[in-house]
Amino acid sequence: MATEMLAYIDRKSFIHGLSGATKLIIFIMWSSIAMLTYDTRILLVLFIFSMIVLKVSKIKLREIGFVLLFILAFLLLNNIAIYIFSPQEGVKIYGTSHVLVEIVGRYNITLEQLFYQFNITLKYFAVIPAALLFIVTTHPSEFAASLNKIGVNYKIAYSVSLALRYIPDIQRDFRTIAQAQQARGIDLSSKEKLTKRIKNAGSIILPLILSSLDRIDTISNAMELRAFGKKKQRTWYNERNFNRHDYVTMLVGFIILIVSLVITFSDGSRFYNPFV
Amino acid sequence: MKKPIICFNNFTFKYDSQKNPTLHDINLTINQGEKILIVGPSGCGKSTLGHCLNGLVPFAYKGDITGSLKVNGQETKDLTIFSLSKIVGTVLQDPDGQFIGLSVGEDIAFSLENDEVPIDIMKEKVIDISKLINMEKYLGASVHELSGGQRQRVALGGVLVEQVDVLLFDEPLANLDPATGRHAIKLIDEIQKELHTTVIIIEHRLEDVLDQHVDRIIVMDQGRIISDTTPNELLASSILEQTNIREPLYIRALKYANCKLTPEMNLEHFNKLNLYDCKEALHNWYKSTSIQKSLPEAESILEVEKITFAYGAQKPTINDISFTIRKGEMISIVGKNGAGKSTLSRLICGFEKGHSGKMFFAGEDMKDVTIRERAEKIGMVMQNPNHMISKHMIYDEVALGLVLRGISEDEIKERVEKALQVCGLFPFRNWPISALSFGQRKRVTIASILVLNPEVIILDEPTAGQDFFHYTQIMEFLAKLNRLGITIIMVTHDMHLMLEYTPRCLVIADGKLIADDSAVNVLSNKKIVEAANLKQTSLFELARRANIEHPTEFVARFISFDKEVRGFGN
Repeated sequence: MATEMLAYIDRKSFIHGLSGATKLIIFIMWSSIAMLTYDTRILLVLFIFSMIVLKVSKIKLREIGFVLLFILAFLLLNNIAIYIFSPQEGVKIYGTSHVLVEIVGRYNITLEQLFYQFNITLKYFAVIPAALLFIVTTHPSEFAASLNKIGVNYKIAYSVSLALRYIPDIQRDFRTIAQAQQARGIDLSSKEKLTKRIKNAGSIILPLILSSLDRIDTISNAMELRAFGKKKQRTWYNERNFNRHDYVTMLVGFIILIVSLVITFSDGSRFYNPFV
Repeated sequence: MKKPIICFNNFTFKYDSQKNPTLHDINLTINQGEKILIVGPSGCGKSTLGHCLNGLVPFAYKGDITGSLKVNGQETKDLTIFSLSKIVGTVLQDPDGQFIGLSVGEDIAFSLENDEVPIDIMKEKVIDISKLINMEKYLGASVHELSGGQRQRVALGGVLVEQVDVLLFDEPLANLDPATGRHAIKLIDEIQKELHTTVIIIEHRLEDVLDQHVDRIIVMDQGRIISDTTPNELLASSILEQTNIREPLYIRALKYANCKLTPEMNLEHFNKLNLYDCKEALHNWYKSTSIQKSLPEAESILEVEKITFAYGAQKPTINDISFTIRKGEMISIVGKNGAGKSTLSRLICGFEKGHSGKMFFAGEDMKDVTIRERAEKIGMVMQNPNHMISKHMIYDEVALGLVLRGISEDEIKERVEKALQVCGLFPFRNWPISALSFGQRKRVTIASILVLNPEVIILDEPTAGQDFFHYTQIMEFLAKLNRLGITIIMVTHDMHLMLEYTPRCLVIADGKLIADDSAVNVLSNKKIVEAANLKQTSLFELARRANIEHPTEFVARFISFDKEVRGFGN
């Protein structure tokens, strides 16, 4: 079948070899740093590091291209929104104002605002590769096991992994339904007006929901008939024990976390200020 | 010596969501080690009966129970679905839907995981079971890499790992091609002989299940058990006819020849039949019938010329296929699961693009014709009606294609009503679709295609999962459309369908067209039958055993005669 997004991509790499739990823990640490700090230097290091990890994982950019594009579109939207609602945020944070372009009053473009929004963009760039990598390099069944390992209830963990795993199936259903609807005359291409297209997309959603509900009904019966939910705990066929690589990776991750936090908070501000 | 394992005693069950009981006053005892087949038309309650055994009723589907059902001596309502699953293992109809784990090993291990079996013991058990079902080489394979038959094996493995006493199969053949279905039935038989489990099969494809011996057949209709006897007794009686269950073809042939059927003839195994004086009767019948003349060849409506197509960089799914379909034909496309049948029909409709080769519709090259334009000439009805229905009301659903084409309201009304009339849905035109049965929904989707006035309709598995009554209804309806001049192409697994309704069939194996011939000829060609995972019909064997000179001709005459008897000939 055609390309599927957010599905597990099987490769042989150091990243694939790590246990799912390790990757999850690293991912959580990674995103907490990126969320907490606005320090440009740390964000830059994280970003470069993400790129290296991406290289090591042997996942090609175009394999996650579609999702990436999708997120970037959101990022753009986010940036525009920040500018519209809070165009002087940077000035407030950094305490200086270097006006670059005069528009009107508070909408004057300042260097500080640009730098602030650059930092926000950088945050995205630091986290997105890590998040996507975690998803595409962790076998979905191990995914559940690793969530369970860090303390998430196994029923929730299993639901999450089932949901991830059905993404390709639902994409396939979506394509089938879209084709059937196009044959009946629904135009989803750019020839149609946007409002009409959104309305037309609705005619795909209903059958998609119905067929997904069928799927859920079958799988939940099948699971119950095989004693899912009987006990408080369960074991995992695909669980991987931690090996040396996992410990080393977690240690490195932990060091990065501590160092970043120290640098971020040492001068009493989460922002790195180049304007003083 | 016989120890009862399942005991229904004046058992009645009513779903909370329904007004009347689905099961009435069931009395049935199944002994340890027996192999039981439960047959009956859709809605007769056979699936509900299965649910009662595995605990989905009353634990997942709530309702009122009166009377008693004991499994292994215990009342089921006092057990839980989990403890019942240790006794009764269920293999569901859809091998894809019940595949829970992502790999073979993981799926087999699923119930062990839930039982907190330590990982080393679990791995050992999984290996043992995978050997039993011949899947030990595929432990790491993911569900998408497996064939339909292999998926079924894994589903069975996932149940066997619990060492259950009873194996319950809910329509195990529904989604399998004929040869794979045959293997599945054989596998069930082997497992039973090895493990001495009790086996219960719920299925309406009687002839296919009878490929291997069963001890008893239970016939259900309208929530009641109406017959509980040996296969030989049942086949000699007229119960199957009365309950609208498809009799095996060889039985029907014997009946047409006016043979008196007795249990002594060993009717359950067509290759061990004792024909006695039926031979003569068959000969007489053979001589007295003839074949309807075939129609003169019409002009071609669809020409496919050297089509090759691959998904992405994979090897071609469709490899250099050429054929011509003539106006007014009714034709079937057959072949094993994944051979490329569906892909071919999607290419014809323009759903998939990027093939090499050419396609002509009524002499016109279709290269630049869009999906939407093609749909006005070639309509496609998908296997699952839920994939097509997007409106709440029947009228709106059928009208959708016309509304989108900007046709005037008066004309829409006229055309929709006409399509609904043809499809027998006119009385329901103001109903919500959710109130319809699966078969009726299928007809709604056909109506919504028909309303665009296509000259060709392609149907993907039009009768999958339908019992004999609905099968006959749908097929007769399609035959009627065909007589109105619409060319009909069907992608199917059903050997009966291709024999009975489509004079010509295309056989596809591994992306190639390996035969383009009459259904009767295809099914008598052993090489093609094997390459395409088809199954020879029992009629050939019957003709051979009766020493009829031309078995193929016998089959052709039977089909022609059968059409007349069932009253839908031309």
